[in-house]
Amino acid sequence: MAKKPRVKVPDSAKKGEIIQVKTLFSHNMETGLRKDKKTGKVIPRKIINKFECLFNGKEIFSADIHPAVAANPYFAFNCRAEESGEFTFKWTEDGGKVVTATRKMKVS
Amino acid sequence: MTDNKITVAGMERRDFLVTAGAGVVALMAAALVPGRAFAKPEDAEKLIAEYTGGKSVSEGRVTLQLPQIAENGNTVPVTVEVDSPMSANDFVKKIHIISEGNPTPYVATFNLTPMTGKAEVSARMRMARTQNVVALAEMSDGSFYAAKQQIKVTIGGCGG
Repeated sequence: MAKKPRVKVPDSAKKGEIIQVKTLFSHNMETGLRKDKKTGKVIPRKIINKFECLFNGKEIFSADIHPAVAANPYFAFNCRAEESGEFTFKWTEDGGKVVTATRKMKVS
Repeated sequence: MTDNKITVAGMERRDFLVTAGAGVVALMAAALVPGRAFAKPEDAEKLIAEYTGGKSVSEGRVTLQLPQIAENGNTVPVTVEVDSPMSANDFVKKIHIISEGNPTPYVATFNLTPMTGKAEVSARMRMARTQNVVALAEMSDGSFYAAKQQIKVTIGGCGG
């Protein structure tokens, strides 16, 4: 599938603070609508169809993705810092392959 | 010698014309045959009805940020902000992005929770041509709010 995903979250935050999370996954997001110029055959669809962000195992944000999301899917969203813990990010590709990343955040 | 040369030149010119003509025909065929079907505004409305389950959609509370003109439809930044306290009892459950002019109206659905803290999501989308984009928000109390914006696309971004 792809290279390492990129995730940006602060290392530390104050309790109750709303922090921004930015994620980017390198993937060409083949739409299933393009044709191979040489053979004329449709290139099969292969996209990231689901993105999830969990904090200490609880879902914070997720996205159901269709081919109209641009290549290298980028998402920026927010999270309320309540306790120290770990973010888990999951990207699921058509066919079921999953790539995960984790980031720790300290809340004081 | 001179006659011979003229003949050769003439043949080359004719060959060139035949080739060029075939090329034009091939191009026209390429433009016609795939006949890409685009979603119509009615398809977007159907999808909205599917998301809402037939409930009425109010205006307001949703802010949709898109550039007015996208030079490259392959990657267009889109930000949706919904006015909500994002508390445990009153929060935005889902934000749907719907296209009126792509091959299908589906773009993305964002699932939010009270832990999201602030209902603002940014992403990048593809746009096949100039069209309206709709952001539809589903609140935790079951109400729906939407915003619509037109965007002009110079070069479409759905392949080929």
